[in-house]
Amino acid sequence: MCLAIPAKVLSIEPDDMAVVTVENVRKRISTALLDQVAVGDYLLIHVGYALHKLSEEEAAHTLSLMAEAGILQEELAEISGEPTCAT
Amino acid sequence: MRYISEFRDRTLADNLANRIAQEVQPDREYHFMEFCGGHTHAIFRYGVQDLMPQNVHFVHGPGCPVCVLPVRRLDDAVELAEKHDVILCTYGDMMRVPGTGRRSLIKAKADGADIRMVYSTLDALKIARDNSNKQVVFFAIGFETTTPPTAVAIKMAQAEELTNFTVFCNHVLTPAAIGHILDSPDFAPGGPGRIDGFLGPSHVSAVIGSQPYEAAAQKYQKPVVIAGFEPLDVMQSVLMLIRQANAGRAEVENQYTRVVTREGNRKAQDLVADVLELRDSFEWRGLGAVPDSALQISDNFAAYDAEKRFRVSQKQSREVKSCECPAVLRGVKKPTDCKLFGTVCTPDNPMGACMVSSEGACAAYWSYGRQRAPRDAA
Repeated sequence: MCLAIPAKVLSIEPDDMAVVTVENVRKRISTALLDQVAVGDYLLIHVGYALHKLSEEEAAHTLSLMAEAGILQEELAEISGEPTCAT
Repeated sequence: MRYISEFRDRTLADNLANRIAQEVQPDREYHFMEFCGGHTHAIFRYGVQDLMPQNVHFVHGPGCPVCVLPVRRLDDAVELAEKHDVILCTYGDMMRVPGTGRRSLIKAKADGADIRMVYSTLDALKIARDNSNKQVVFFAIGFETTTPPTAVAIKMAQAEELTNFTVFCNHVLTPAAIGHILDSPDFAPGGPGRIDGFLGPSHVSAVIGSQPYEAAAQKYQKPVVIAGFEPLDVMQSVLMLIRQANAGRAEVENQYTRVVTREGNRKAQDLVADVLELRDSFEWRGLGAVPDSALQISDNFAAYDAEKRFRVSQKQSREVKSCECPAVLRGVKKPTDCKLFGTVCTPDNPMGACMVSSEGACAAYWSYGRQRAPRDAA
């Protein structure tokens, strides 16, 4: 629900999982929907799954727009385990 | 960071606005439906409507997953949580949507039902692993973006032989809804409403690609432009729609080439096709029963289908009286046409799903539209 947020891959884990980081928040997400993911890739994360790969520029651009629109903090709170969509 | 400043540059927006103003034909009106709630919010947040000529209008579409879920399915979820002693896992957006008698999941939770907000299907699986003595139901809603994570969770549950995890599947399909809207009396030739083209969804199309819209564009002779979420994406896409309309073209074009391809994400599509299958028909709030517009769990994965494991009762589900959510979702009314809007219905005390969800049209009007000139807010 809410939006998709770009994040950078920190490490690859077994079973199609990866640890990603965005704005100092770390999250374990699934990469089951993508073919090849490497450390340093930028991914578009939606409900805990990487939907798409992005360029670094596109990721930075999307994050800055989310910050500008005032929705970045909400999304970060959501992925760090404090669901805010309903509030 | 050069890229960002370019996009933020107001002169770029002004240039696009000038270009649009030059290219619109003054003797005709342009009505474009933005299917997706994310676009509705971008249009309002950045005042895109203010940059459009007087004869370019946005028609808000049904692309808010929480909003289009019919009351009956929400009532069924409340019943699962209250009567079947399950742990019901749901995305946060669903919690405050009022069902029949304004009963919501959050009220059921306050009264003792075990309802848990999750960020991801992965969290729901973990809850199932940690509570092997309880049945755990994931309340799956959403368009094609949210569907692959549900399919993956079902496959994981099967691989792990989890016997206490099922999915209450309510996933719906965007292209079917577009066809249905254009077939409806509201927008059929001679009907009261008009749509000259569609701004197509961005993240949905990242999954399904732009190809699935081609049949509708051809059949109904309406242009579709897949548009990114950012305000300049929306403006550029409107320009592309105007050019198609002026030239009498009805093609699927892709403005959001940064993320969307014609084929989409094949791996995600294959996973969904493996686990889920078309429903003959599914009810949408506002649109009614729409053939081939939703997915259900296929027979091979029937053990993970909450609708097969639990028997919910027949019930008379009802919308909140006077709530215009259904007409707003059909694109025939604006939130401000609803007498509840902004009076008894606010985000703090929502009467309908369109005010609850961050993607709902009523929430967009409430957040950004109240101070606008009558043309934009009416």
